[in-house]
Amino acid sequence: MDNAIVATHPHTHETAVHAEHEHVSLPQHRHHFETEDQQREAATFGMWLFLLTEIMFFGGMFFAYLLYRNWYYDAFVVGSNQLSIPLGTANTAILITSGFFMALAVWAAEVKKRGLLVIFLILTTLFGIAFIGVKADEYHEKWEKHHIPGASFDVAEFVNPHAYGLKEQPLAPDMAQKVQIYFFLYFAMTGMHALHMLIGLGLLGWLTWRAYRGEFSAGYVAPIENFGLYWHFVDIVWLFLFPLLYLINRHPLH
Amino acid sequence: MSATSSTIVNLPDQRTARLPKRNYINNEDGLLSWLFTGDHKRIAILYLISITFFFFVGGAFAGLIRLELLTPQPDLVASDTYNKFFSMHGIIMVFLFLVPSVPATLGNFLMPIMLGARDLAFPKVNLLSWYLYWLGGLVILGAMVMGGVDTGWTFTTPLSTHYLNTHVVTAAMGVFILGFSSIFTGLNFIVTIHRMRAPGMTWFRMPLFVWSHYAASILMVLGTPVLAITLVLVALERLVGIGVFDPTKGGDPLLFQHLFWFYSHPAVYIMILPGMGVISEVISTFSRKRVFGYTAVAFSSVAIALFGFFVWAHHMFIMGVSNYSALVFSLLTMLVAVPSAIKIFNWAFTLQKGSITFETPMMYAFGFLGLFTIGGMTGVFLGALGMDIHLTETYFIVAHFHFVMVGGMLMAFLAGIHFWWPKMTGRMYPESLSKLAAVTTFIGFNLTFLPQFILGYLGMPRRYHAYPPEFQVLNVLSTAGATVLGVGYMLPLLYLGWSLKYGAIAGNNPWQATGLEWQIQSPPLTENFVEIPVIDYEAYDYEWLAHKTANEVTTVG
Repeated sequence: MDNAIVATHPHTHETAVHAEHEHVSLPQHRHHFETEDQQREAATFGMWLFLLTEIMFFGGMFFAYLLYRNWYYDAFVVGSNQLSIPLGTANTAILITSGFFMALAVWAAEVKKRGLLVIFLILTTLFGIAFIGVKADEYHEKWEKHHIPGASFDVAEFVNPHAYGLKEQPLAPDMAQKVQIYFFLYFAMTGMHALHMLIGLGLLGWLTWRAYRGEFSAGYVAPIENFGLYWHFVDIVWLFLFPLLYLINRHPLH
Repeated sequence: MSATSSTIVNLPDQRTARLPKRNYINNEDGLLSWLFTGDHKRIAILYLISITFFFFVGGAFAGLIRLELLTPQPDLVASDTYNKFFSMHGIIMVFLFLVPSVPATLGNFLMPIMLGARDLAFPKVNLLSWYLYWLGGLVILGAMVMGGVDTGWTFTTPLSTHYLNTHVVTAAMGVFILGFSSIFTGLNFIVTIHRMRAPGMTWFRMPLFVWSHYAASILMVLGTPVLAITLVLVALERLVGIGVFDPTKGGDPLLFQHLFWFYSHPAVYIMILPGMGVISEVISTFSRKRVFGYTAVAFSSVAIALFGFFVWAHHMFIMGVSNYSALVFSLLTMLVAVPSAIKIFNWAFTLQKGSITFETPMMYAFGFLGLFTIGGMTGVFLGALGMDIHLTETYFIVAHFHFVMVGGMLMAFLAGIHFWWPKMTGRMYPESLSKLAAVTTFIGFNLTFLPQFILGYLGMPRRYHAYPPEFQVLNVLSTAGATVLGVGYMLPLLYLGWSLKYGAIAGNNPWQATGLEWQIQSPPLTENFVEIPVIDYEAYDYEWLAHKTANEVTTVG
């Protein structure tokens, strides 16, 4: 006979749950999960694993940063001095605020407040866009100063800083070339971070629309929660990028 | 009586037997119902068809390579064409066949059933992974059609970034996309194993197949993203000249090696671990014994996954890494041999005093045991620093990894396909023909790759299409073996296709195996189980099975 072991145990977990509680089934419950808790836990667990892969993804670049920072310390100091601390700090504050509203959005979904949820999601989005705006301004400045790695990379400012009103020691031409590596890592790391922001903003728009339709106000909050995890992860990456690229040893003693 | 005449195969009466009326294959009709399915079993079948296709494409390149090497002169193709041949062979076989082979087909099909679940945790992600597989595959085929790529499958810098004018970026992007396919499979498996086990299915009641997939999934999830970012960097280096791997701009090509092998060494364990899971199931079933040292085999999978991350620099012993790090990596490399040996010994002890029968899956499994042991032992040779300097970049390396990957993994894949074929299709494959195929494969394989050990030891370098005339005899043997091997691989394709319509009806449990997947109908229902089972026995409990069968008879009588 088919499913012999099944037949000997007619009381499955699911029927037990149904018997014990007045259980309301959500429309988003997918049939292959025994319970909604299982579905929610699976989704969250999957998100954490995905974030683990993201850590490994960024890890490759952090490794390259570590290596080249040790090799070309002077070039990295000079490159780091080119970045604007006020803009970086402002962006950090903007991103943390955005993360704060995301946390509030998760709370709003959990207490089933539709209006608040939509407002918090929109605020999250606006601060996210502000971050991208500031970042674009910083990129634009590098573009104008020919500090984008590639054929048109200009080392004049690093070999002859005094001519540009900078107070730092001039670099030897070969070390000045290495600033290119610094800027490449700067663009690769912040660019990959910005790409994650952009994907996140796209998802936020979609989630806002769904939240507006009331999909997350009836107890089904997994997408909001898991997106929250993603958004906080993007925050945290920036919290590592900011000190590594902007702050460390800005003003060396020599 | 010879040992082979006894059998455990137990088929239903063929005059009355029918395939179950309702099953996952006939549940819905039409091509679209397959292309938009969320059912893990259907996705497994889609994967099986796709992987088989790419296997034969990659195999065709292998055939061309062997054909060129038939004579010492470079007479069949020009040298850069030859480079493209082995590059495409490597890229297709590694990324499109070996990495997804067992996990995406057998793993996809069996994992939820073995755990007592209705599906994987994320069916849509599972389907997405198949589409990404095809997207990546098509991009790689596109690179091939547009003129090919000749970096080898390793995309080594600065060769790939500065000295070649072939479709490196296209091929690298294909591999990048395939990486996500692999990540999604691994992620799905880990979540499923953690969160979807049936009541009573504790970690140490899980089949070893699940354990080995768990270990492989961890590798997929942790390793593949590093490969992804590495390939992005290679592409940027080529397109924009960012300099991160370019010594003239201060970059370091060795950094590429570190990042690439940080994935690609664990990747060989991604390839072999699921195969080891298959072997555990097959050997237990056909020896009628619990796997000896279950816990040791389970943890050795995890140990392989763990150690696998700390041996990558053994690919770089001759590339100017420091002697001290080379020493450490050499030691760690030899340590990986320990958990692999634990598995081999435990399988051997499972066989000891077991009631062994020689059905086709078991023959493939025996092939695996011998060939994988040789492949593994030569890996220890190569892990030794002095030997490695003599043998690296020779055919010894080629023979070593083909023994592990083809002799090991492909044998395991075929063992698994034959073993679970009755479950997947509800029909048996033809037994004697498949035994012939197993033997042909084994003979062909040894004929192809044993001479390459000798060639490598004598100093024939890999990746050249011409060689000194004194190597010709061994090369001819190898090419002849490849022909036999080709026949060995064509046979299953033909008779498995034949069996889809004409094979004997298999019934639920033709092998009288203990696994949960054998307790449901074949082919299974779309939802696998009518009711989620409660597990009160551990995997490989043949007494439980005997009791169950006895009870069934009483009930019916």
